[in-house]
Amino acid sequence: MRRSRGWLMVVLGAAIVVSGVANLLLGAVEIPLGAVVDILTGGDGGSEVWRNIILKSRLPQTLTALVAGAGLAVSGLLMQTVFRNPLAGPSVLGISSGASLGVACVVLVSGLGGRALSRLGYVGDAALSVAAITGAMAVMALIAWVSQRVKGNVTLLIIGVMIGYVANAVIGVLKFFSVEEDISAYVIWGLGSFASVSGGQVVLFVAIMCMLLPLTFLLTKTLNLMLLGDGYARNLGLDVRRARLVVIVASGVLVAIVTAYCGPIMFLGLAVPHLCRGVFSTSDHRVLIPASMLCGAALALVCNLIARMPGFEGVLPVNSVTALIGAPVVMWVLFRRRRKSDFAE
Amino acid sequence: MTEDGAIIIEDLTIGYCRRRGAKVVATGLDASIPGGELTCLLGQNGVGKSTLLRTLSAFMPPLGGEVLLFGRPLAGYSVAELSRTVGVVLTERTGIVNLTAREIVGFGRNPYLGFWGRLSRGDYAVVDEAIEMVGIEALGDRMVQTLSDGERQKVMIAKALAQQTPVIFLDEPTAFLDFPSKVETMHLLRRLVRETGKTIFLSTHDLELALHTADRLCVMKEGLRVGTLDSLSADGTMQGFFSDRGITFDPDRRAYLI
Repeated sequence: MRRSRGWLMVVLGAAIVVSGVANLLLGAVEIPLGAVVDILTGGDGGSEVWRNIILKSRLPQTLTALVAGAGLAVSGLLMQTVFRNPLAGPSVLGISSGASLGVACVVLVSGLGGRALSRLGYVGDAALSVAAITGAMAVMALIAWVSQRVKGNVTLLIIGVMIGYVANAVIGVLKFFSVEEDISAYVIWGLGSFASVSGGQVVLFVAIMCMLLPLTFLLTKTLNLMLLGDGYARNLGLDVRRARLVVIVASGVLVAIVTAYCGPIMFLGLAVPHLCRGVFSTSDHRVLIPASMLCGAALALVCNLIARMPGFEGVLPVNSVTALIGAPVVMWVLFRRRRKSDFAE
Repeated sequence: MTEDGAIIIEDLTIGYCRRRGAKVVATGLDASIPGGELTCLLGQNGVGKSTLLRTLSAFMPPLGGEVLLFGRPLAGYSVAELSRTVGVVLTERTGIVNLTAREIVGFGRNPYLGFWGRLSRGDYAVVDEAIEMVGIEALGDRMVQTLSDGERQKVMIAKALAQQTPVIFLDEPTAFLDFPSKVETMHLLRRLVRETGKTIFLSTHDLELALHTADRLCVMKEGLRVGTLDSLSADGTMQGFFSDRGITFDPDRRAYLI
């Protein structure tokens, strides 16, 4: 049992490496492996164009997908545990909606002045990230504040969903008053993409995520106790209220940052934890946290690869791929597990 | 742990804090629950048994009065201290899946673990001992969702044992069990009291079973009254318990007549 878990981790790691390399190799322009290696190790790979493609497009995209996938998956895991609800996910609590609202405010309101923000280029990108983080953090702060005041998790979950609706309604109103150009910029952001993070920001994004992701390991014991429910957790020495706050904030920060850079990526956060629970057949967070990170990263890379396949180039949004690939996989895993446990009796 | 009055309840008022005033469930409660014995809390639905247990476990603050645990006020215990003093087994099904029975019992070690929650060899020894005491060795590697209600209840009792607390509270541990499992669970608890000298305090609706297995009864009806079956029949408490519901107590047969 333990051994096979170790092996599964290795398999996931290998999947990340393979899909990561594939992300660098495959694309509209064919670049040989030798050249890619040369470029990555500091050479120019024989062509300035290739160098630009690898360093300015494919590598940032690969890194973004890697950390964003890991972040969303862990964030979903935290949400599902703290709310003891398998349907909880980054989008459910309205945090993604908060980010969207922030972006909508900036993109759409700026258009009211008669100048479309979408024309501002790089400055506009940075403004989007800031707006998304601000929006997501605002909603998260609201949720965290509410979490200290209501008792039941279900109540909190419903409040989160309602906040999401309110945010979406406000976005709808904003859209109504906006310039067409801005609406399309907002819609494109809303489709989600690992490719929209540009050069300098990638370094920042990856650095932030590399700092935050390991911190989630500190929550292992807390999360495991939360599985038992408030009563037992408390009796075993957990300060339930504080723990809930910490986990919600951790999860919210991860979603906020990823959403700021990549747009609202659906599905990964919801599906990956289920996938991991099914595959590793455990609820122990000592296994689930690293497993979710690896699995989320691998899945994000694969989805990014598919979204970029020749013919789809720049057309197919990542969100469609994550759902199309992931949903059947998760259903299959859940279905298989259900059948197995039915016969186990 | 055999001194009298491991848990002393003094003029306790229990209930829920609301924004506008408090909802009092029961008031004027006085009792002394002796250490090293199995005490069953009896009372009709809605009388506040669960609320009392939740208050004693410090899940909710008392609205008035005081609880002394081994001579110290309950409010003075830190969460960490309390987790090493009181273990609880709740009625609610936890809905946990994909953890083995042994892993669940292992959670009982949590108050003694370091930051990462890793169990040492010593902790595993305690876990195995708890599993053995409850007699669920065969279930150790089974996933908790494949266990029956009775088996799951035993796992939670083993969890409380692994917690190594001098006091264990159980809220209707026999509620969802079939009759043999009810008897088995109560006998198990009585054996644990004998073997380990723990103080076990549980609420139950299984009157007959409580009369037969408990060392002491704690009757909750317009206050608390603690005593042995004999002393409570002698002072009329048992007779008065169901008198308003048309059920009488026969002190000679030590049973309720329907």
